[in-house]
Amino acid sequence: MFARIVRPAVTLLVVMTALLGIVYPAVITAIAQVAFPRQAAGSLVTRDGKPIGSTLIGQAFSAPKYFWGRPSSTSPQPYNGLASTGSNLGPLNPALMDAVRANSKALRDADPGNAQPIPVDLVTASASGLDPEISVAGARYQAGRIARARGLAPAQIDALIASHELGRTLGFIGEPRVNVLELNLALDQLH
Amino acid sequence: MHADAMFQLMLLIFLGILLLCVRPLGTYMADIFDGSPNFSRRVGGRTEALIYRVCGIDSREEMSWKNYALALLLFNVLGALVVYALQRLQYFLPLNPQHFTAVSPDSSFNTAISFITNTNWQAYSGESTMGYLVQMTGLTVQNFLSAATGIAVAIALIRGFARHTVATIGNFWVDLTRSTLYVLLPLSVVLALVLASQGVIQNFDGYKDVTTVEAVTYRNPTSDAHGNPVKDASGAAVTQTATTQTQTLPMGPVASQEAIKELGTNGGGFFNANSAHPYENPTALTNLLEMLAILVIPFALTYTFGKLVGDTRQGWAILAAMLLLFVSLTMVAYYSEQHGNPLLARQGVDQLAGAAQPGGNMEGKEARFGIAASALFAAVTTATSCGAVNSMHDSMTPLGGFVPLFLIQLGELAPGGVGTGLYSVLMFAILGVFIAGLMIGRTPEYIGKKIEALEMKLASIFILTTPFIVLIGTATAVMTIAGKAGVANPGAHGFSEILYAFSSAANNNGSAFGGISSNTPFYNVALGLAMFIARFWPIVSALAIAGSLAAKKRVPVTEGTMPTHGPLFVALLIGSVLLIGVLTYVPALALGPVVEHFMLAAVQ
Repeated sequence: MFARIVRPAVTLLVVMTALLGIVYPAVITAIAQVAFPRQAAGSLVTRDGKPIGSTLIGQAFSAPKYFWGRPSSTSPQPYNGLASTGSNLGPLNPALMDAVRANSKALRDADPGNAQPIPVDLVTASASGLDPEISVAGARYQAGRIARARGLAPAQIDALIASHELGRTLGFIGEPRVNVLELNLALDQLH
Repeated sequence: MHADAMFQLMLLIFLGILLLCVRPLGTYMADIFDGSPNFSRRVGGRTEALIYRVCGIDSREEMSWKNYALALLLFNVLGALVVYALQRLQYFLPLNPQHFTAVSPDSSFNTAISFITNTNWQAYSGESTMGYLVQMTGLTVQNFLSAATGIAVAIALIRGFARHTVATIGNFWVDLTRSTLYVLLPLSVVLALVLASQGVIQNFDGYKDVTTVEAVTYRNPTSDAHGNPVKDASGAAVTQTATTQTQTLPMGPVASQEAIKELGTNGGGFFNANSAHPYENPTALTNLLEMLAILVIPFALTYTFGKLVGDTRQGWAILAAMLLLFVSLTMVAYYSEQHGNPLLARQGVDQLAGAAQPGGNMEGKEARFGIAASALFAAVTTATSCGAVNSMHDSMTPLGGFVPLFLIQLGELAPGGVGTGLYSVLMFAILGVFIAGLMIGRTPEYIGKKIEALEMKLASIFILTTPFIVLIGTATAVMTIAGKAGVANPGAHGFSEILYAFSSAANNNGSAFGGISSNTPFYNVALGLAMFIARFWPIVSALAIAGSLAAKKRVPVTEGTMPTHGPLFVALLIGSVLLIGVLTYVPALALGPVVEHFMLAAVQ
């Protein structure tokens, strides 16, 4: 009993823990750090030599001159990297309607002349609360506001969106979208 | 291209890739487990032999089903103790750059059970709770070992059919070691590196502070001197305005854990948002690979089954039944989500899919996945015992959310978790031939073995354990203050949150209607017990059946034998699964997603 069951159970757990819990992650780390150093370290973006964020982790934007990302449900502040979460509001929850109404109002108030219907991803919270991207329609919706705030021609903003558009991978997976932080950094470069 | 056509194209290509993998991987696993020489065993043979020598394992020794079960139980309980201890002691252990303190006893208990049972229910939030050492040596290790345990049980049950007139069903240590060494580990290494190339992080750094482009102003809850939240007279939290331009980016060895999280159908995220988190699932391509990784082993095991019992048509028949269930329910989820939320349409929100936006119900979904890749992921993760999520199921439309819930309740066998899916579906195959046998008045047979009273009793225990725990658990929770306290959404949806929690725990899935606050002593203990009993009680039943079948004589195929490889059997199998699933859960489902669906339809 001891020799056939207990001893193998204990020793095999120790051996497997060393192999799968230490050797395996260490080997993957070593290879990833050499082969994909930028990705392994979090896809950080720098401006003037200082880390300003990650292309994969969204940031909160509220100034009219920037593209705004998806509403974020992290707390206490939106886009809190330490507390990824969605809203988990059900489809009939009045709180969902309140949130959508507030998000719509913020967009409309910042852009009173814009009568287009608002693309759904701009008023609904992302799953992670850290979504770095919005739909292409969501970017185009905001183009007029940004052009006005920056004193630029709307065509310039449209061109910028077009040049940053990420298509479907291999033509059939994922969605057409743009990266909000990259777009906003490009906007600041325009001046 | 129209969004629906795009979804169908994605589904077809996805299933095509998957089916192409079934035969090669299925053959490979059959060779591994019946001891045939192949490339991997030549490469890894020395390591395997060394492990046996160090651990005092005689790889030629065969075990009775009782010893097999005993070894399995002891090994898993020891694993739980280690995961528990690591969480409680993490403050004193290395590789904890954020200096996280000990996890509470009830949460540690829940998480330990959760990871050894392949459930990976997570009441905690990874990025603010677990140090890297716990994630690696506790959680990642159990991701491998719980998956390997599932495969071992499936292989032992296959041996029950394949062998005759013997008293043994294999050696648990050998099956566990080979599953890990030759199946899970090599696939994980490849997947982890591909994921890392796409942006899944892999490092041991401390969390990184960055100065963001814009400062954010928000309301911060006030705490008193003891760190407790201050509340006003009406009980609402008192807040004060705060501003920050710092964002803290979580770090850690994520890719290595992410790979086995999917391949082992575990589903426990490194971060709270799981596969919705951009550091776990950064691109549409990683999303596709993660979905493939979840399904590939469970589907391939049907071929392994066919090969080891000497008739691959038997495996294909089971696979066909799994596919039919999976595809039809995936369709329901997609169309319901793409249809969107009628309440939003009233607000002047554009939910129409087009070339520039996914449209549909985007609440709780990521822009890079849209509707199609989120709905498919939701079905993939609940058709197996995975439970990883790339969207928040709690925010799905009533019918969209019904799909993952119902897939879980059917017992996760379309195709189910690694190993668990195969042995679960074989229980329904036994039930199916029994029902057919009753109808034509013959002793039922399956794969050359007579199905008699003992097997039927054990299969019934297997099948009924989970619904019993789900329904009793849900009923208890809705009748107690502690159970109702966790509910986040009002009305029928709140009931669905509780029903989903117990369905998920007792079927070892791990996904959630995540609004529910389950990190409370009540839920940690109740769901912990549900996960433990519903994992090991059926496993022991399955191993007992394996032992009983292995001891039987093989009955020759005659004209009176019902074929179990044709469309009739596929229909019978699906019928048995639906019969049990629908009869058991319709009353509960009627109070949750069904009522909610009609309420939303009435709004329209």
